[in-house]
Amino acid sequence: MIPELGHYALVLALVMALAQASLPMVGAARGIRPWMQLAKPAALAQFAFVAFAFLALMQAFASSDFSVAIVTQHSHSEQPLIYRLSATWGNHEGSLLLWVLILTIFGALVALFGENLPPRLKARTLSIQAMISVGFLLFMLLTSNPFARLNPAPVEGDELNPLLQDPGLAMHPPMLYLGYVGFSIVFSFAVAALIDGKVDAAWARWVRPWCLLSWTTLTGGIVLGSWWAYNELGWGGWWFWDPVENASFMPWLIGTALLHSALVVEKRDALKSWTLLLSILTFGFSLLGTFLVRSGIITSVHSFATDPTRGVFILALLAIAIGVPLALYALRAPTLRGGGLFAPLSREGALVMNNLLLAVMTASVLFGTLYPLMLELTTGNTISVGGPFYMATFGIFALPLLILMAIGPFMGWKRGDVRGALQRLIAAGICALGAAIIAVWIRSDGPLLAPLGILVGVWLLVGTVIEFMERIRLFEGNPARIWNRARHMPRAAYGMSLAHFGLAVAVIGMTGAAAWKTENLTVLQPGQTLTLQGYDFKLESVQGIRGENYLADQAHFVVSRDGDFVADLYPERRQYLVQPMPTTEAAIRSMPLADLYAVIGEPDGKGGWIVRVYHEPLVGWIWFGALIMVAGGLTSLSDRRYRVGAPVRAGAAQAAKA
Amino acid sequence: MRRLVFLLPIAIVAILVAIFWVGLDPERDKSVLPSALVGKTAPVVDLPGLADGAQRLTLGQFKGQLVAINFFASWCLPCRAEHPLLEQITAEFGVPVIGVAWKDKPEASRAFLQELGDPYVATGADRNGRTGIDFGITGVPETFLVGADGTVLYRFAGPLSPEGLRNELAPAIAEAKQ
Repeated sequence: MIPELGHYALVLALVMALAQASLPMVGAARGIRPWMQLAKPAALAQFAFVAFAFLALMQAFASSDFSVAIVTQHSHSEQPLIYRLSATWGNHEGSLLLWVLILTIFGALVALFGENLPPRLKARTLSIQAMISVGFLLFMLLTSNPFARLNPAPVEGDELNPLLQDPGLAMHPPMLYLGYVGFSIVFSFAVAALIDGKVDAAWARWVRPWCLLSWTTLTGGIVLGSWWAYNELGWGGWWFWDPVENASFMPWLIGTALLHSALVVEKRDALKSWTLLLSILTFGFSLLGTFLVRSGIITSVHSFATDPTRGVFILALLAIAIGVPLALYALRAPTLRGGGLFAPLSREGALVMNNLLLAVMTASVLFGTLYPLMLELTTGNTISVGGPFYMATFGIFALPLLILMAIGPFMGWKRGDVRGALQRLIAAGICALGAAIIAVWIRSDGPLLAPLGILVGVWLLVGTVIEFMERIRLFEGNPARIWNRARHMPRAAYGMSLAHFGLAVAVIGMTGAAAWKTENLTVLQPGQTLTLQGYDFKLESVQGIRGENYLADQAHFVVSRDGDFVADLYPERRQYLVQPMPTTEAAIRSMPLADLYAVIGEPDGKGGWIVRVYHEPLVGWIWFGALIMVAGGLTSLSDRRYRVGAPVRAGAAQAAKA
Repeated sequence: MRRLVFLLPIAIVAILVAIFWVGLDPERDKSVLPSALVGKTAPVVDLPGLADGAQRLTLGQFKGQLVAINFFASWCLPCRAEHPLLEQITAEFGVPVIGVAWKDKPEASRAFLQELGDPYVATGADRNGRTGIDFGITGVPETFLVGADGTVLYRFAGPLSPEGLRNELAPAIAEAKQ
């Protein structure tokens, strides 16, 4: 009964979305106020119906209702509750429902908190948002009904893919989708502005918090995915340039560009049509990701079960959702009046460089992702594009971007003083060079990438700290006055410093983990020892254990260095109930400067076990840095000027900015 | 002219959509790697033997019998995993297995075989990976069946598992023997 109600709620949501997509749009064009005002209740009702459907599906998973087809395919009654619940989005239909749920959440949020928006803009934005809903609800109802029943119902289900039974993955899709889909509202704002024919600083100010929120959650989502891969896949890797990873990374790159260009629109009323284009493209890349994952066009570890009709449907959605706005863009954007002028060497100029570099980086990732497909279609050859390609294309542009990132914040609006900025960054330059020399000294045989990565990472790190110290004028006046300045600095400024600092930490981590990772692989009998980077991994024992829904061989390693005890590691090789493939559960000991990572493989039949150990320098810095970036995004989001209903204390804010 | 610039984004999107449209052709099966070689004469194999002082490995030595060619490398973990199954190919089905150590230092390959046992009737060292390219392998391990007349009959990409051996390779061998 409940699944039928869920299904019915989806139909009602579609009806609501149709009303919301049409009436407010017409109302805005003809100036019929009640029609425009319809958008708000429709958006809230649409959200309520989709939320009901989502809860109904979760209930089916929680209660192991195997008469529902996707519950049978992706759940098992002995699965722990958290993985029964997360199985809701561990499949194509359920994750699509989550996608639509988040789409309607953002619509409802704008409906609720957009009281200060001009009525026309608000009506059009919500109408566009509802058009996206219509497309995806139709897609779900016509090709991927999550509530499809099985008759007769089996007594037991097929179990969620064991790789997905991990806390990281319970969190990863909702977080990622919040980011992915969050950019839909920015997209809707942009299309509404194109219809309106008006883009100004106020528009940018309304859009930026949504953009920030999406960017922050997307950052968190990507990092959770990477962290999951590191913990779960057992290769000690954290990024594989897999097509679907790229699909989440491209919206992040272009969204980062958007975040910065919207700043220029807000502060200086310039770069308008570029910002509109980025708004459309960011969500376009989100849709592209959805298409790549769900159509089965590209082979990837992430792909859902494929069905050609679904692929055609999403491709049509993608073509309409991106094609129509871009046609509108081609028509309207040339008529937008340009705003503030600026010298090439200025804050604006630096942000334009940032945007250009990010756009080129996105293009290189896009090319690498699609090149195998294009080659296959034209010549019939199958190839895969891997790390070295991205290092050579993406990396080349990442280096100047990171160097510029430290300089940009020192530049004034309109006209900046490059010489002054560089003078203030001398300390950062010295630290960076020193760190690079130390890096070469420690590992002279490593790749050139290593000292370069460390160089730009430390440069950005120290540069960001200097910029922050200068901003609060740390060495002027007594502590009370410094404290006062720090307290009155806008949260957005803290957000920027944190985000840049976090990226610097992450870059240092990525460099270390990519360039200096070492591994050792052998067959060990219990009692034997394997040595890596001065650490002795002694295999004490391997014993069978029983988990809630799996059996496992658990190894016990005692790690020591020069005879001193370092850690106990317990990697496992698990065999789940239904799925035939065993999975590895790595054991990781995180230390400030490196991780020790151990995996146990198959027995060799003669009492020994295949074991792999990795030494991963600085890898923890990646997650830590990303965490700081997320904190920066949240800090910036809490800035007074975005808070809803907060009285504008123009005086205080101005004083702090000056 | 200025207007044309604004048309650029939609033009690029149109091209991408066209590519995807072609790519969605359901006939295009991505999960099975196409092997253009099946049914054709096997590429020439002429490699230095792996063992010290061993004679060169050529396919001609095995003309007139069904053989399996297994590409492997000491640095390849899945090769380690499938290794015990290679002996079964010979033991159970009577098909000799030729080893090709692909892009691997000979001393490392020798150590690998010393450690795990040598399931091959003969082993060649394909240090620069040329022979692997001729066979169109995408990685190691890969296993081919070559018939008595020298034609490639079957290709198994990836590590053999007990299931893969039983459900895929075994039927292919049975068919080849007919």
